Amino acid sequence: MTLALTAKEIVSQLSTRFPGAIEEAGANAALVKSDSLLAVAEHLKTADGLKFDYLNYITAVDYYDYFEVVYMLTSLEYNRSVTLKVRCYSRNNPTVPSLASIYQGADWQEREVYDLMGIKFKGHPNLKRILLWEGFDGYPLRKDWNR
Amino acid sequence: MEIDSNKDYIYDDAELDRYEGKVIEKLKTSSRKSIPDPDAWLDEDIKRNIVVTSLDWVINWARRSSMWTAVCYPACCGMEWMATLAPRFDGSRFGLEIMRASPRQADLLITAGTLTWKMAPNVKRIYEQMAEPKWVIAMGACGISGGIFRSGYNVVPGYNKIIPVDVYVPGCPPRPEALLYGIQQLQKKIAKIKAVPDLDELPNPLKKGTKL
Repeated sequence: MTLALTAKEIVSQLSTRFPGAIEEAGANAALVKSDSLLAVAEHLKTADGLKFDYLNYITAVDYYDYFEVVYMLTSLEYNRSVTLKVRCYSRNNPTVPSLASIYQGADWQEREVYDLMGIKFKGHPNLKRILLWEGFDGYPLRKDWNR
Repeated sequence: MEIDSNKDYIYDDAELDRYEGKVIEKLKTSSRKSIPDPDAWLDEDIKRNIVVTSLDWVINWARRSSMWTAVCYPACCGMEWMATLAPRFDGSRFGLEIMRASPRQADLLITAGTLTWKMAPNVKRIYEQMAEPKWVIAMGACGISGGIFRSGYNVVPGYNKIIPVDVYVPGCPPRPEALLYGIQQLQKKIAKIKAVPDLDELPNPLKKGTKL
């Protein structure tokens, strides 16, 4: 059984290294500032004692005021998992840095989020629709989308 | 060897001669019968195998008795379709035991599953690659109308919006019995097809201006 590491346990390790990067630490998830996501993810993946080397999934939630992109990371070595969240407040041009350069599995996951939620991933090698077709009008999983 | 008391053994010479004469006379009598024609077997083939029927009937019988299916199983109905082919329901009783990986060798397309718009061009292409004559069975609620996903932004509301459908088999998913019934209905439909054109529909080389 994978032991979920609470966000607070990680925050104590991260906040000294990345001051101000963690906006909020809930019971299960850490809210990371968009600018520092790459650095935090890189650290979580490579740092000794963390080694979150497996990306379970990327998904996104529409809260009307902002979009939240959710990442779940697992350390196969230490048998732990952690959830990261990033918010973007723009509705017309929401942008989040891409994790594809760190986790290869992020490639298609980010394309799916882009396809259905319309969130752009900066630095993604091939950001285009994956499930829907070119020319589809809008992003169907947004709360305000209507056919 | 013991002597059988029930059998009449002949010990007398004169009696033995008479017996011999009887046997010879019997042989001579039977030899007068005409000998059977040694070439009679040549006709048997013809006697046994000539059946008078229509060409339409024979062609339709061949077509409906060996329907090979193209692969098109986008969703869960595919499981019931596999069960239909497996030994318990044994689709081969109806001549469809062979699933073709190439649509060019298939006569029947069974649409076992929900079709998304993204997949639609591929299904259409599979259908177009099948050689004539070809038939389509819309299997399950999704195949008929899109089913519970009908109002989704990504689902084709029925295969008949993409390709012509011959038989609809309802259910979610339909049980193998239902699918077999649908296949039998299709076979009944095929049996009524006019397979051979009338003579005056064929090109006539004696007619002027006919292109062959």
